[in-house]
Amino acid sequence: MINLLNHILLILLQSEAASSGVKERLLEGLFNVNINNFLVLSSLLFVIGIAGVLTRRNVIVIFMSIELILNAVNINLVAFSRYWFLQSEGKNAYMGEIFTIFVIVVAAAEAVVGLGIIIAYYRNKETVAVDEIDLMKW
Amino acid sequence: MDLIWLIPILPLIGFLINGLLAKRFNFSEKLIGGVGVAAVFLAFLLSLVAFFNYSSWSKQPGNQAKPYISKTLTYTWIAGGKASIPINTVNTSNNTLEETSKNNIVDLSIRWAYQIDHLSALYALFVTFVGLLIHIFSIGYMHSQGGFARFFAYLNLFMFMMLTLVLGSNLLMTFVGWEGVGLCSYLLIGFYMTRKEAAEASKKAFIINRIGDLGFILAIIAIFSTFGTVEYQEIARLIETYPVETLGTFGVMSFISLGLFIGATGKSAQFPLYIWLPDAMAGPTPVSALIHAATMVTAGIYLLARMNFIFERSLTMMLIIAIIGVLTAFIAATIAITQKDIKKILAYSTISQLGFMFLSCGVGAFVAGVFHVLTHAFFKAQLFLGAGSVIHAMKDEQDITKMGGLKKYLPTTYKTMVISWLAICGIAPLAGFWSKDEILAKTFSSTIFHPVIGKFLWFLAFLTAGITAFYMTRLMALTFWSEQKFLGETASDGGETTDDSDKESKTEQHQGGGSFKIRAVTAGTINTESTSSKDPITSDRETNKSNAETEVIKEQRLKINLEPSVLVVNPKESPLLMTLPLVILAFFAATAGFIGLPIGYNWIENWLKPIASTDTHLFGTVDIILALVTMIWSGAMAYFAYHIYVKKPQIADDLAIKLKPFYQLSANKWYWDDLLDVKLASLINKFNNLLGEVDRFGLDAIPNGSALITRGVSILSGSMDRYGLDLLVNLIGWFTRVASVILRTFQTGFLNNYALVIIIGLVIIIVGLEYQAIQEFYVYLFPATPKITPTPTPGIK
Repeated sequence: MINLLNHILLILLQSEAASSGVKERLLEGLFNVNINNFLVLSSLLFVIGIAGVLTRRNVIVIFMSIELILNAVNINLVAFSRYWFLQSEGKNAYMGEIFTIFVIVVAAAEAVVGLGIIIAYYRNKETVAVDEIDLMKW
Repeated sequence: MDLIWLIPILPLIGFLINGLLAKRFNFSEKLIGGVGVAAVFLAFLLSLVAFFNYSSWSKQPGNQAKPYISKTLTYTWIAGGKASIPINTVNTSNNTLEETSKNNIVDLSIRWAYQIDHLSALYALFVTFVGLLIHIFSIGYMHSQGGFARFFAYLNLFMFMMLTLVLGSNLLMTFVGWEGVGLCSYLLIGFYMTRKEAAEASKKAFIINRIGDLGFILAIIAIFSTFGTVEYQEIARLIETYPVETLGTFGVMSFISLGLFIGATGKSAQFPLYIWLPDAMAGPTPVSALIHAATMVTAGIYLLARMNFIFERSLTMMLIIAIIGVLTAFIAATIAITQKDIKKILAYSTISQLGFMFLSCGVGAFVAGVFHVLTHAFFKAQLFLGAGSVIHAMKDEQDITKMGGLKKYLPTTYKTMVISWLAICGIAPLAGFWSKDEILAKTFSSTIFHPVIGKFLWFLAFLTAGITAFYMTRLMALTFWSEQKFLGETASDGGETTDDSDKESKTEQHQGGGSFKIRAVTAGTINTESTSSKDPITSDRETNKSNAETEVIKEQRLKINLEPSVLVVNPKESPLLMTLPLVILAFFAATAGFIGLPIGYNWIENWLKPIASTDTHLFGTVDIILALVTMIWSGAMAYFAYHIYVKKPQIADDLAIKLKPFYQLSANKWYWDDLLDVKLASLINKFNNLLGEVDRFGLDAIPNGSALITRGVSILSGSMDRYGLDLLVNLIGWFTRVASVILRTFQTGFLNNYALVIIIGLVIIIVGLEYQAIQEFYVYLFPATPKITPTPTPGIK
């Protein structure tokens, strides 16, 4: 059991100290932040978003889940941007961040359009449950 | 006199008005009856005028014995071409016809023209006169029955057809009228078309007449091919060259006569084709009087009298006509004895009288035949109308065994019918006596056959005259004289007895249901109470009297009540519109005989001299004796009937049981109907079935065989088409359908599903592309535990 927990923590915190116990790993992960931590966070967010999209019935919640996915990407972008900035000694600065801002802008635009569609749809059908929206069915 | 074409046309106009306009414009009964009667009345007036005009015209020099042909409305009816007809010459040595090599060219056109001559004038006069009276009678009789306009339209159409028959100048016009009256007869017999028996009777009449008409049309064709014309005048002129065919020979004249005679047999209801006439009584009574007693059925006699010069040239046919006539008279008279329907008795009586007329024509006394037609038309029409009046009064009951005692209810009908009854029985000096006696005398003294044959025919006719008196007296007795067998409703007229029996019936009606016997007893007791308690102030004498009467009536009622279905009606004398024709007809039934007195001036014989030659037989002592004998015989039979039906009714029943075979024979109409209806019909059916089998299996094999081959080939090519070419097309369609069933299941319409597919795809792509990285990552996550591998031998390293 403890062994399994060890593995999970290893994945979550990306600590190098494979041999030490749970406590040590936690401490190391918290204080020595590296890119692996960001990637794990990003992938967790992504998976949560995916799960939300697949399982929720309310269109608005699905919409929020999509935002989560986008944000996971954003985190990824920022993390890699910083990583490459450090690796290339000052070159390629802020490319990821700028891209992230574009993504946020596009997401906002998308939110506007999507919410407009949802409201229009609700006015017609009085529902936003996705399993009742089956007009595309054969 | 040139207006004779109007005589038939006027009823036609009446027919058109009543037939086409009456229903659309909702004519009242008065208007319809008025139109119908007016048309016939005008025709009658014209006939009367034409009669007298022709009488004076024919006396002018040069017009002797010539018919007058109307110039108006005369045109070529059927335009034919020229035809050649072989000229026959008479071989004087053996008195036969020989065909010569020479041919005569004749024109085959037939014209439509109305002519009047002595016979036509007489016929037109009595047809329109009797028709007029019956039209008037019908207004009363048909009152408030359905189809008033239809009835008068048919009657007028009948008058038109009958007058066309009589006034036509050639055989073909007569044939048109002949068929026309047959049609009207059919329409009027089936007038009550909702009744099954009326519809069947009309069909029967029409179909049996067809048999006769076949003979008639064959005769017309034979006349055409022999003489080259169908004009009466021409035939009469051309016939002079033809010899008389003696007894036993059967030449052209005999064939023509046979055809004409068969036609006359059908129309005039002679043996063996008489069976339609009794059934024809299903029509309304005025129709029976007009068509089936007075006019249409005498068309046969008209034809015989009209073509008498042809019949006189074939002694064989004359004998056959005489025998058939007397047989018909005898058979019909015997059947009439046992009938119960008042109209059927009169129908058989009509057949019997028609038989007399045929007998008369058969022995060469055509004038006597026409004379009897005339007198018969009056008294038989009167009898029928009287019967109609009785039926009207009895609420459509026709069974004379349920009547009786009508004498006091229908005084006018009774009196007039007595006159006609005496006339038909042949009691001097009424009309029937003169004409019937003329026929009997002419038959007795006929010389054209062997005298013995004449005597034999006379004897049968003599017997028949007696039977006639018997059954007519039976009819009168059961209807008018015998005790009342029905129950009156209210005391309208009559004596005290009627009064009481009427009260009876009231009580009886109060009683309502229950079985007969119980009802009879209780009715009797209640009646006693009711009569005594009816009026408390009545004196003792009256009460006693009524009680005594009640006893008598009680007995009577017990007797009556044992019989089922006793009528309850209230007979009333018919209105004036109906009794007036009765009176007029009765007057003529009494006096019409004086136109043919055997002694002194015999008007009818003189009048018809240009039409039919009369024998030179002189009136002598033999005739007086014969007349007396016949009259005594008829009177005796009449008294006998009166005795057994009025005085002692039980004798009639006894006789019926004693003479059971004869009674059965008569009641079953000599089984002739059964024979024709059942045996002959089934035989014909069998023959038809046989022909049908031959047709089905013999002739049909050819078309059926070719059809079979065609069908086989078509099945083959069809299956190739279906299982070869269509398979390809169908497979494509089928595949598409199956694929669509599978594929469309993906299109769920749920967003989640689509997203899931996208994710799965994403995962697959990532796994596919980065398989190496994932493996390494896995190894990084779960570093392989150091395996205990066998230590390699140092030598190998």
